[in-house]
Amino acid sequence: MKITLKQSVLAVCASLSMSLSFAAEITGAGATFVFPAMSRWSSDYNAATQVKVNYQSIGSGGGIAQVKAKTVDFGSTDAPLKPEELAAAGLVQFPSVIGGVVPVVNLKGINAGQVKLSGKVLGDIFLGKITQWNAPEIAALNAGLALPNVRITVVHRSDGSGTTFNFVNYLSKVNAEWKAKVGEGVAVRWPTGLGGKGNEGVAAYTKRINGALGYVELSYATLNKMSHISMQNAAGKFVQPTLDSFRAAAASADWKNSKDFYLVITDAPGAASWPITATNFMLMQKLPTSPERAKAALEFFKWVYANGSKSAEALGYVALPNELVAQINAYWIANLKY
Amino acid sequence: MPFATTLAVNDQRLAAIAQQDARKDRAFAWLTGLAAWSVFFTLLATIGTMFWGGREAFSTFGFGFITSSTWDPVNLQFGAFVPIYGTLVTSVIALVIAVPISFGIAVFLTELAPSWMRRPVGTAIELLAGIPSIVYGMWGLFVLVPFLGEHVFPWVDANLGQLWLIGPVFRGPPLGVGMGTAGLVLAIMVIPFIASVLREVFLSVPSQLKESAYALGSTTTEVVWHIVLPYTRSASIGAIFLGLGRALGETMAVTFVLGNSFNFSPSLLDPGTSITATIANEFAEASISPLYESSLIALAFVLFMVVLAVLIPAKLMLRQLAKRAGT
Repeated sequence: MKITLKQSVLAVCASLSMSLSFAAEITGAGATFVFPAMSRWSSDYNAATQVKVNYQSIGSGGGIAQVKAKTVDFGSTDAPLKPEELAAAGLVQFPSVIGGVVPVVNLKGINAGQVKLSGKVLGDIFLGKITQWNAPEIAALNAGLALPNVRITVVHRSDGSGTTFNFVNYLSKVNAEWKAKVGEGVAVRWPTGLGGKGNEGVAAYTKRINGALGYVELSYATLNKMSHISMQNAAGKFVQPTLDSFRAAAASADWKNSKDFYLVITDAPGAASWPITATNFMLMQKLPTSPERAKAALEFFKWVYANGSKSAEALGYVALPNELVAQINAYWIANLKY
Repeated sequence: MPFATTLAVNDQRLAAIAQQDARKDRAFAWLTGLAAWSVFFTLLATIGTMFWGGREAFSTFGFGFITSSTWDPVNLQFGAFVPIYGTLVTSVIALVIAVPISFGIAVFLTELAPSWMRRPVGTAIELLAGIPSIVYGMWGLFVLVPFLGEHVFPWVDANLGQLWLIGPVFRGPPLGVGMGTAGLVLAIMVIPFIASVLREVFLSVPSQLKESAYALGSTTTEVVWHIVLPYTRSASIGAIFLGLGRALGETMAVTFVLGNSFNFSPSLLDPGTSITATIANEFAEASISPLYESSLIALAFVLFMVVLAVLIPAKLMLRQLAKRAGT
């Protein structure tokens, strides 16, 4: 039987429309901080439920803009939006996963976790006020450790990023001069140092320059076998950046009293808390264009809270504490009418 | 009479064919003109939309946008002096290194090399021109930066950095990344471009001119300097500007080895930033603030203007040279 062009075009259109209605695809966009966890979760979720989750890591700013424009089902940001901004844009906001920012150092003869720094000294180094590793301020915190007379090369991010946001938010909290001179944001005016593109760029520069001090996400520090710094937290104790110290910071944070979960958990209280812990937030529309897709996105997040912790922890993130997940469920019921 | 009607019919047919041919020629001219004008209008539209996108930055900062060296995303104060300076300095360093070397390669390949060597070396250079810029950036970061930082820059800092007037240009911490390294990587990227175009251009010199010069007793140097170069004057300068255009617009290679620092420093050993590196680094997160985005688009517009500011005097200079030579 001879198939005419018209018949074949009709057949293709029919099959396309059928496939469009069968395959549900959830789209999201936003922070690069959570991209490793997102890609792992979406592939595991697809294996479990045949639903595709498509996440584009275009940056927190892009994620916020796309979800406001209703072009994606959920957006992701490391810098939480204030409740007024959420209300004005008709969005809801809730945390997804917790990670941490780790200062890393490259100093010949120094091993991981040996150098201790306080938040104020870290801020002074990034301000350019302390320029040598054997400066008295650093030596005072590191009795018994022989620090060499090497120049400190600060390595920061050249691109805007949620990692930077949490790092400078912490510096603003613990160093008054930093707060006044530089402030906080996804990108800031760095007083000194080199800029690396992405966590990878900071890791690359830090590994190549003797005396370099940079900051990266925990997974990059572990993967690249870099020496991390032991930081002094709000309780005065020196802690190492581990999943346990991230968990302690997340648990001690005061989520209950935060409206729309607007809380940056840097400098968290608690004796075991890591001071530069970061939360990644998800944004969704209160009145979405497609309630089915929004419901599918919520199902995805429920699955992540229930089943995604092991894969997240393998990548250097910490799952949310159970009370926080319960609080998020109640928030969904109260705010999302679908 | 059949013969007369055949002639008349032939005339008619010839006239018809001539008309059809004229129409086809007109259509062809129209199509090619459309292609040419569309490129021109696309260029104008690109410049226009970039200026329109940058209007908020220009109206907020005025001329200070070009002269201020503050780039503060937190307080939304943007000044493009440091990126502009970085772009210009790295491109100038690249040209200063690349032009003599490319010239040497082209002369060697056309005049001095044995003929069995010319094809393979020429192909090798064209292959080099095809290597993606990010590969150069990676090579620069993994190979050149440690080498320069450990072996070359400490010597430069200790010796050239202490000289009287030009010392500050060579003084700085031996990090390995910086404007000098970026200029060097750009030079290596640009050499294949300029060398292959110069080689093509030098090959186009009619051999009678060169042979007559040789017959009169000129040395190879004299032939190259007095016959080949003047004959290919405008094409050679065109080749150099092709290289300059690539150097001005290069993004990924530069951002890996330049250090991305907005603190102004005259030293070649210190990190800096360039217009393209700034835009590539910051565009993703800039949508949080319209003024930030507008400043980045304004930066792109400034880069366009820098390219024009370099091309127009070059064209004028070429015209002067041509006038003086009498062509």
